[in-house]
Amino acid sequence: MTRLRHFRLFLLPLLGAFALSACGINSVPAAEEVAKAKWADVQAQYQRRSNLVGNLVATVKAAGKQEQDTLVKVTEARAKATSVQVNAADLSDPAKVQQFQQAQAQLSQGLGRLLASVEAYPDLKTNQNFLDLQSQLEGTENRIAVSIRDYNEAVRAYNTRIRTFPDAIGAKIIHGAKPMTPFQATTPGAEEAPKVDFGN
Amino acid sequence: MLRRLLLILSLLLFIPVATQAQTFPKLTGRVVDDAALLSPAQEQALTDKLAALEKQSGRQVVVATLRDLQGYDISDYGYRLGRAWGLGSKERNDGALLIVAPSERKIRIEVGYGLEGIMTDAVSSQIIRDDIRPHFKAGDMPGGIEAGVDAIGKLLSLPPDEARAFAAQAAAKQRNAADDGGGFMIVFWLFVIVIIVAAMASGRGRKGQRYRGGSGPIILWGPGDSGSGWGGGSGWGGSDGGGFSGGGGSFGGGGASGDW
Repeated sequence: MTRLRHFRLFLLPLLGAFALSACGINSVPAAEEVAKAKWADVQAQYQRRSNLVGNLVATVKAAGKQEQDTLVKVTEARAKATSVQVNAADLSDPAKVQQFQQAQAQLSQGLGRLLASVEAYPDLKTNQNFLDLQSQLEGTENRIAVSIRDYNEAVRAYNTRIRTFPDAIGAKIIHGAKPMTPFQATTPGAEEAPKVDFGN
Repeated sequence: MLRRLLLILSLLLFIPVATQAQTFPKLTGRVVDDAALLSPAQEQALTDKLAALEKQSGRQVVVATLRDLQGYDISDYGYRLGRAWGLGSKERNDGALLIVAPSERKIRIEVGYGLEGIMTDAVSSQIIRDDIRPHFKAGDMPGGIEAGVDAIGKLLSLPPDEARAFAAQAAAKQRNAADDGGGFMIVFWLFVIVIIVAAMASGRGRKGQRYRGGSGPIILWGPGDSGSGWGGGSGWGGSDGGGFSGGGGSFGGGGASGDW
């Protein structure tokens, strides 16, 4: 009897804590927060690119290049991409994430075209300012790729967690958790950095 | 019934973690010359330079020459390698990598999160363009690597006043390190023991019976001392001669790539 009583006194709370934590009462929100934070990184990197695009357009314009059409397109795509933002709360809505992806992919394409057209101007290609911008853009594209991979990995972990035993119990009953949407490049290669050839 | 529950619960603690398929060379020192571009003397000279840099600023820089990139883009490979090695301290993420892949003719400077503001993409790209590439184009691989390390070192070493502050801080931290983690653990376990003893005493008082020690499994878990292990927060790796290891820093794709 005493043995049982002791058991109740000490072990039941411990076991209860174990059982609850095994049901995802903490781990599900924790995984969700990780994924949300990674999404914030993705958006921050896209924002950084958007800022650089402004500089790039200014640099090309200052060099007096006749690329009006491309420049206008890039500026428009940039404005559109900046206007589409996805809140962390909307990450379980595939349509919103896709909208974001499409807007950014359009900017990627415009940017690729602009950089390709600039190739025709040797003086711009040796312009220190332009070279720096180019490397910054490359680095940003790279950061975007890394942050997307990190985000997708976090989403995968979260989605797996809420769909597998035992966390699925807590996820369903307590948190009402919905799967999050991973980020995909909408067109093949759309997330790849614009190819930049230094000409040697 | 309860025993089975316990068994299941304890099994849940051992769910395997996903492992990465990609393989990386081992972090054997500050210069990992897998592609065999450097003579032992050159390797030693570079190692000394990088060790001096870490001593002065706490920033871990590693030179890696790779036999091949296993089909990865060098920027993709680079940040994974940096993460796998965990260069830089965990709090500051202040590691950097100079990667040379001779078979693909690619160069990359990979910059940890914490150094992205100092070694910006533009500056990294300039180092590759102006310091490294001319040597590589002329076929002088060691010269290019050395020039790159010198340029990175110049950029990352601290100005004298900051270096002094850093040295003082590092010394203070080293003095506290053992004390800090240990103290917390002792307090924690004392607390646990006090609770158990108190509960046992009160139980005995009520029933007037001796508690039979060791009946029933008691599960205790404490704060793991993950911070003080290998690659932990305060680990600057190698002093001279000793093993060199990363401090747990992370990378996010900062830096620049180039070719020759």
